[in-house]
Amino acid sequence: MAELKFIGGYPVYMRESIKLVEKTRPKRIGKLLPQMTSRERVDILNLCHPDYAPGGKRALKIGPNRGDVVPNEVADLFEAYPLIDPDKIDLSKVDYEMDILIVGGGLAGTSAALLANDNGIPTERILLANKLRHGDANSMMAQGGTQAADRANDSPVLHYIDAIGGGHFTNKPDVLRALVEDAPGVIKWLEGLGALFDKNDDGTFVELTGGGTSRRRLHACADYTGLEELRVIRDEFRNRDIPVLEFYPAVELLTDEENKVVGAILWNMETEEYKIVKSKATVLATGGFGRLHIRGFPTTNHYGATYDGPVMAYRTGAKLRDPDTVQYHPTGAAYPQQIIGLLLTEKLRTSGAQPVNKNGEEFVFPLEPRDVEAASFIRECYIRNNGITTPTGMKGIWLDTPLIDILSGKGKTEKAFPAMVRMFKRFGIDMIKDPVLVFPTLHYQNGGVETDPQGSTNVKGLFVAGEVSGGVHGKNRLMGNSTLDCMVFGRRAGMHSAEYVKEGVKVGKLGFKHVEKYIQELKSAGIKTDRRAPLLLPDYRGKAVLARAIDIF
Amino acid sequence: MAERKISVMDSVRKASQSVIAGVDEKDIKHWVEIYIMGKAYKVPADLTIMQAMEYAGYRLVRSCGCRAGFCGACSTVYRKKGEYKLQTAMACQTRVEDGMFLVQIPFSPAEKPLYDIKKVKYEPFVLLKYFPEISRCLSCNTCTKSCPQDLQVMDYVQAALKGDFKAIAEDSFECIQCGLCAIRCPAEIVQYHMAQFAMRMYGRYGTLRDKNVEKRIREIEKGEFDKEFDRVMNLSMDELKKVYTEQQNTREVY
Repeated sequence: MAELKFIGGYPVYMRESIKLVEKTRPKRIGKLLPQMTSRERVDILNLCHPDYAPGGKRALKIGPNRGDVVPNEVADLFEAYPLIDPDKIDLSKVDYEMDILIVGGGLAGTSAALLANDNGIPTERILLANKLRHGDANSMMAQGGTQAADRANDSPVLHYIDAIGGGHFTNKPDVLRALVEDAPGVIKWLEGLGALFDKNDDGTFVELTGGGTSRRRLHACADYTGLEELRVIRDEFRNRDIPVLEFYPAVELLTDEENKVVGAILWNMETEEYKIVKSKATVLATGGFGRLHIRGFPTTNHYGATYDGPVMAYRTGAKLRDPDTVQYHPTGAAYPQQIIGLLLTEKLRTSGAQPVNKNGEEFVFPLEPRDVEAASFIRECYIRNNGITTPTGMKGIWLDTPLIDILSGKGKTEKAFPAMVRMFKRFGIDMIKDPVLVFPTLHYQNGGVETDPQGSTNVKGLFVAGEVSGGVHGKNRLMGNSTLDCMVFGRRAGMHSAEYVKEGVKVGKLGFKHVEKYIQELKSAGIKTDRRAPLLLPDYRGKAVLARAIDIF
Repeated sequence: MAERKISVMDSVRKASQSVIAGVDEKDIKHWVEIYIMGKAYKVPADLTIMQAMEYAGYRLVRSCGCRAGFCGACSTVYRKKGEYKLQTAMACQTRVEDGMFLVQIPFSPAEKPLYDIKKVKYEPFVLLKYFPEISRCLSCNTCTKSCPQDLQVMDYVQAALKGDFKAIAEDSFECIQCGLCAIRCPAEIVQYHMAQFAMRMYGRYGTLRDKNVEKRIREIEKGEFDKEFDRVMNLSMDELKKVYTEQQNTREVY
């Protein structure tokens, strides 16, 4: 095969298609296709959205959500045996005795620690356990912004209506109301802690819309929003000297005789030693499941996004909500090979970038809710065959990013999207001059452990916050509501777990009754497998090496 | 119909197979040789350093985080065969090149002074009080050269000596706190902790506050939206859908 010739990061044959995009560009400026009707939205989802297409899901055989249909990759983890053998763990020696254990240190877990502390739990009675480093989380990678209805033509009620419609009217109303009513307070909290939001000269926030968002209410820090929010609250956390463990994932929760959650088993990823944490309350803030690569999709997610939280919570009897829905972000990178699946923020589209096909034609309103937008990209590539195929066989459509500078003036892209510009530049592509190739990527776990407005679950002593939880977004989350969810419910879980502790909790004898019961259920359901969970990390080692590996130590 | 849906999903799965499940040796056209901590490995040429290490058989625990250039976990130091220059990179954002000798930095030891943002005085001298070692800066520019984000690190250290919070905040805003500058600095400055402090101080004290958000918080506290919430939350599903559609039709675009 002949060597591919590249011009400005793209092979020559892709350049041919870019020429067509450039040709149609002047005609497209300021003109958008209309939004789809509700009927059209339903039709396209049924046609080719991975959540709706058959073959990807099955009913759970055991547990509180038995009979509910979930993605196969998720069912595999619920229908798996524990990592630990309850008989081999010595629970008589407790390593850490705490008021509150927080598992997971992204925006949700870190917010929970701060608010627990604000609400009367001394720093030394809080422990934050992380699977990797404190801050290793999807939060860090959030680009677009955080929604809060604070402008005069907006209101929390409008925010509520946008989110419930975006979620196909399946959101838990009281939980969603808490999200939108707390939102302005969260922004003010961050501002007071020193977060650098994009602002106008008079100090007002620069605000944009997102897909399915009817008013401009996204607060952003360029395209490093999550990074800025997290590093600010993590710095605040560090200043308070709250105890933290890193590279210590939780591998199982602990319960007492009343089936209250009373701590967890942590595992040192390097020495392989386990530690026992006894705590009056436990907050799970373990994040999402992108690394399960549901339906074979690449992901925007962090290395540690492996669904550990719901797996552990489910064994204690925690109910799940909307565990069947997966959010595919319409614009994952589809080229070059090194960054396939990585996120290209929706803010690119809110700033004017249009999706177009290989002929440079528009085929969808750029800001449909994410599931609808993603399905339309899949249709364009795989049903209408109007996608562009990369040298490694990926298909994608163009996101016409040069429009951003054309619409808003030279320098706008660089100022508003430094992370995006940098990422493409590293691989030889200039997104200010050339469009970039995109395809839907696995982005977000819409559902999870069912929460109430306080961050409590149906299991006493167990609180949840952030992506691990289910209810607030229903079956589809809107842009800018995830970082918000993390902080609203991180703060609420911190506050309410503190209240719960202060009301007086009698921790009984630490035990694994729930695990033993779960193992029994697995056996009675006839589930014979060597799968074990939680997964902790994905495995990307080369096949050739694994085939010759010998397990010695 | 159903058959077509399955086949679309199967095609999608097949297309991204190389990223998720790896590639078969027979499908690889271009190879390079890299040296991971001195050991030679032949790896496909179109991988990042991180993907190449995994291809070679490493299951990463340290030095791997977001895999997208945002978290600073995968700081990597390398030298290319025949070159004198010691280079730095994020392993997830850098393509492998033939003859790279590389090692990852799993952890950066660094002291961080503790402070209470509500009590610290916003005055130029405070930077030196909390980070006295910035006065040792030799202006050698090693920090800037080692920054995988291409930030002007030395410039913001110099700005710190002048107490210019705004300049520090602007120059360091895109810092991912990977620690490479601090590891390389001959004056033993921890640039990124200083920058974090300065950014927060500038954010809290150096910029104007938004007034709208405070007004809205007061309105919510006073219960000004309660009635409207009660109305919307009690709508029938059909009514709610209608309200949603109407609202979407009045949307602000751009």
